[in-house]
Amino acid sequence: MSPAAKSNGAAKAAAKPKLAIFGAASCGGCDIAIVNIHEHIVDVANAFDIVLWPTIMDGKYSDIEAMADGEITITLVSGSMRTDETIHLARLLRRKSQFVVSFGSCASEGCIPGLANLSSRKQILDTAFTGSSTDNPDDIRPVWECQVPEGVLHLPEFEPVLRTLDQVVDVDYTIPGCPPESSQIWAALEAVVKALNGTGPLPPKGSVLGAGESTVCDECARKRDVKKISQFVRIQQVAKFDPEICLLEQGLPCNGPATRNGCGALCPAVSAPCIGCYGAAEGVVDYGARLMSAFASVVEATQPEEIDKVLDGIPDPVGQFYRFSLAGSLLRSGRAAWQNDGE
Amino acid sequence: MSGHDHASSGASKDIAAEGEIRIGVYVCHCGSNIAGIVDVAEVARWAAEELKDQGVVVARDYKFMCSSPGQDLVTDDIRDLGLNRIVVAACSPHLHENTFRTATARAGLNPYLCELVSIREQDSWVHTDKAAATAKAKAILAGGVERVRRNEPLDPIIVEINPATLVVGGGIAGIQATLEIADAGFHVYLVEKDASIGGHMAQFDKTFPTLDCAACILTPRMVSAGTHPNVTLLTWSEVTHVDGYVGNFTVTVRKKARYVDESVCNGCGVCQEKCPKNVIDEVYEAGLGYRKAIYTPFDQAVPRTPVIDRENCTYFEKGTCKACEKFCESNAIRFDQKDEEITIEVGNIILATGYDIFDARRIAQYGYGRLPNVFTSLEFERLSNSAGPTNGHIVLRDGVTEPKTVGVIHCVGSRDRNFNNYCSAICCMQSLKFSHLVKEHTEATVYDFYIDMRTAAKGYDEFYQRVMEEGTLFVRGKPAEVTEAGRLPGEEGKLIVQVEDTLAGRQRRIPVDMVVLSVGLEPRADAKELAQRFGISCSSDGWAIEKHPKLDPVATMTEGVFIAGCVSGPKDIPTSVAQGAAAAARVLGRIQMKQMNLEPIKATVHAEHCSGCRICNTMCPYNAISFDDVKGVSFINAAMCQGCGTCVAACPAGAISGTGFSDEQVMAQIEGLLRVGADGTPLKRAAYPVAQHEGNGHRPEAPIEEAVRA
Repeated sequence: MSPAAKSNGAAKAAAKPKLAIFGAASCGGCDIAIVNIHEHIVDVANAFDIVLWPTIMDGKYSDIEAMADGEITITLVSGSMRTDETIHLARLLRRKSQFVVSFGSCASEGCIPGLANLSSRKQILDTAFTGSSTDNPDDIRPVWECQVPEGVLHLPEFEPVLRTLDQVVDVDYTIPGCPPESSQIWAALEAVVKALNGTGPLPPKGSVLGAGESTVCDECARKRDVKKISQFVRIQQVAKFDPEICLLEQGLPCNGPATRNGCGALCPAVSAPCIGCYGAAEGVVDYGARLMSAFASVVEATQPEEIDKVLDGIPDPVGQFYRFSLAGSLLRSGRAAWQNDGE
Repeated sequence: MSGHDHASSGASKDIAAEGEIRIGVYVCHCGSNIAGIVDVAEVARWAAEELKDQGVVVARDYKFMCSSPGQDLVTDDIRDLGLNRIVVAACSPHLHENTFRTATARAGLNPYLCELVSIREQDSWVHTDKAAATAKAKAILAGGVERVRRNEPLDPIIVEINPATLVVGGGIAGIQATLEIADAGFHVYLVEKDASIGGHMAQFDKTFPTLDCAACILTPRMVSAGTHPNVTLLTWSEVTHVDGYVGNFTVTVRKKARYVDESVCNGCGVCQEKCPKNVIDEVYEAGLGYRKAIYTPFDQAVPRTPVIDRENCTYFEKGTCKACEKFCESNAIRFDQKDEEITIEVGNIILATGYDIFDARRIAQYGYGRLPNVFTSLEFERLSNSAGPTNGHIVLRDGVTEPKTVGVIHCVGSRDRNFNNYCSAICCMQSLKFSHLVKEHTEATVYDFYIDMRTAAKGYDEFYQRVMEEGTLFVRGKPAEVTEAGRLPGEEGKLIVQVEDTLAGRQRRIPVDMVVLSVGLEPRADAKELAQRFGISCSSDGWAIEKHPKLDPVATMTEGVFIAGCVSGPKDIPTSVAQGAAAAARVLGRIQMKQMNLEPIKATVHAEHCSGCRICNTMCPYNAISFDDVKGVSFINAAMCQGCGTCVAACPAGAISGTGFSDEQVMAQIEGLLRVGADGTPLKRAAYPVAQHEGNGHRPEAPIEEAVRA
């Protein structure tokens, strides 16, 4: 498992496929979800030679660079593309890997960090370095290049917009979720392991692994009827929701109808609306556009004022419809971000 | 920056499996309609050169593509050049899609491999800048080419036509439609919610402009409809549910309990004579007369069978009386009768459900309901009718006093932003008729308050002139108020009409004894539910929407459902009759064809992607979507689906796709549109910074690695 062991020779490496797990701009939740597969982690260790997993073990990028192209069998990339460092590593790992898996919402669709695409780089840095929570009287800012006695020092440069993995490199498979459910992670890895053993079919390129082909409603136990919504409510406005009936029918803007299934509908089961972390359903081009169109379809109002009143029940439309998918959506970013705000 | 032209990139791999795509492009001049603004020759030249990679093998422009030689260009090229896709850049698909698809089929190619893109309505007609319009034509054409590459051959759906027809509404329009079809030898079910057919027309005295007696011209038609061997008359009945699709509708009709056995009753009327309970007749007599608790709405009712008004019948209230039963010689009274549901199978439906009248109480300043001698038009019809409650004597609310002055007010509830914006079409003529009838029946002076006089149809203006010659005093102005608060000499005990006389240019107070409000027409109170039930669309007012307001006024967007008369908006009797006959002609055409081809442009639910969220269930304007409780998925009845795409857009899971309008086709068309910028040059992807990293990164990679190591 260590780089030393790996360098023992080609024969041993051939016996065990190599696995790399890399976190780009992410919270680390995806790594925890992997560890959370419990005893199966031993199976992973048995099945693979883990060559890179910075969260868990020591490793050097230089070891990866030294590898032959395609030497790593599978690389799981979690996190989104925020700095030129992550982009560089994503490209490096792509070169060295046979299969690249976009792991979790950040890598696949931008997730919460992707909401930064509503603001320009300048706005983001201003907030971070001079915002109300920062004590920075001299207004010290990061510089990407810096002359030190030993030479020029480079810091990872903050990109103008955040991008998803597949906007940077070619992606073979996607495992959705924020984070992916642990049971699904093992199922997805097992499918690939079986394919490599020759005991199962290799999923077609572009497949979404570890999730269903339908939406969360499919796994939700609540009773569903036809929908007519005359008022959207926020979860804190209602003391108790009917435990049996579809949350959307009770006016709670639940994203379940548009969100890919695979999570087990955990949120609606406890009367929390689905917020859409598993992303768009199979074949859907733009999650938020789909969901908006669906919600608009069931709003029971005809007059413009009535319609406005119903829509006032969704005070944060981007948060409602693009919380996880903004960077990967057709919009990709707000105007300020792509114009770079005059920077 | 590697701005790239992305229309070309994604296309080829998607269709590679299908073999070589050979597209013919035809750009129409439409005389100068298109060619006056768009450089059609340049568009064709550009398509041949720039869209070669997309499979365009020939591109031509021609003066009139829809003409016979124009269509021959298409058919000849299909045969000679082996084309397998056609794009015609011309007018709206509404106009000529069918023309070119038929031509395509004539040459042996599946018609759905032909696309029509509009460079007239969407381009030449709406632009003045020639260069920009030409660039736009290229973009629209490129979109069509990208789209047609993904078109698939489709086959029409063939359905059988049941020769029976349902007509809903027994007013003059519905009766006309019924008789036309029945006389042609086909069966009609005529459903009427009231106890008799006849509709509003049966309440009228005279009909403008010829002053025929309404009963004289209507009742013979009612009798024909009631006795026709091909007509099943279902009065006191309502349609509660409609299933199926053109040619094959299954309709549920609720026959309300009459408490009289229709098969036994001979209509002698003795029950009505003997019934001790008088009830104010709010419907037929507009509240001015009485009927009994067992009644037919009027003497000439069809059918003659009466109904018992359960609310007011002494037996139903107190359990005793049964006078009607005692005196009925045919033993037809059935106090235990229940509502009955019957199911009928029909191929086509004609909706002739008519209108409601505007409630004059809503305009408080005219005092209807508060000032006794303010009447509505319907009340006046009953007053002037010789068979009405006053035997045709025009009298005040006291029932005896003849008015000396009468004011008739037009546009009550119509052409009024506070109520209805539209013109009710019949009020001018109806008001003139009232003015005439007052003059005919009394010595009274008549004031006629109008905004604009609209007397456009045959004989109407002649009638207006006649009424003017009779001495009716016309005041051009909309009365502000009708009040009994007299303050000037001669106003005491009168109704004063306060009006700005816009011709005299001054305010006037005109004292009258009687005011007649010419109330407008409104959609039926349940118009929207009706539209929902039959799967047709109605405007926000509630009037049914025609398939085309000029060219197809009696059809709806739902195949097999037709409309006639005031259901689609206010109409006079001649127009309603004409529409009834026109709808019947459309239905008879269908019946003669025995079967018909339906467009294969349909929506389909992919069950494996459907989670059964049911968002689409109420979306369908044609009621084509049902929910399968067992499988927990929604599904679409292909014959009922009209391919509108509403559900496709509504489905949050992307589980519904529209044949001929798949996401892939639509996205490809958009990509095609984006090939050309407004200046005619290829459109680059905008300055989105992603492009910086595609291909070779703009920053050297090495420094990053050093930084990481450091």
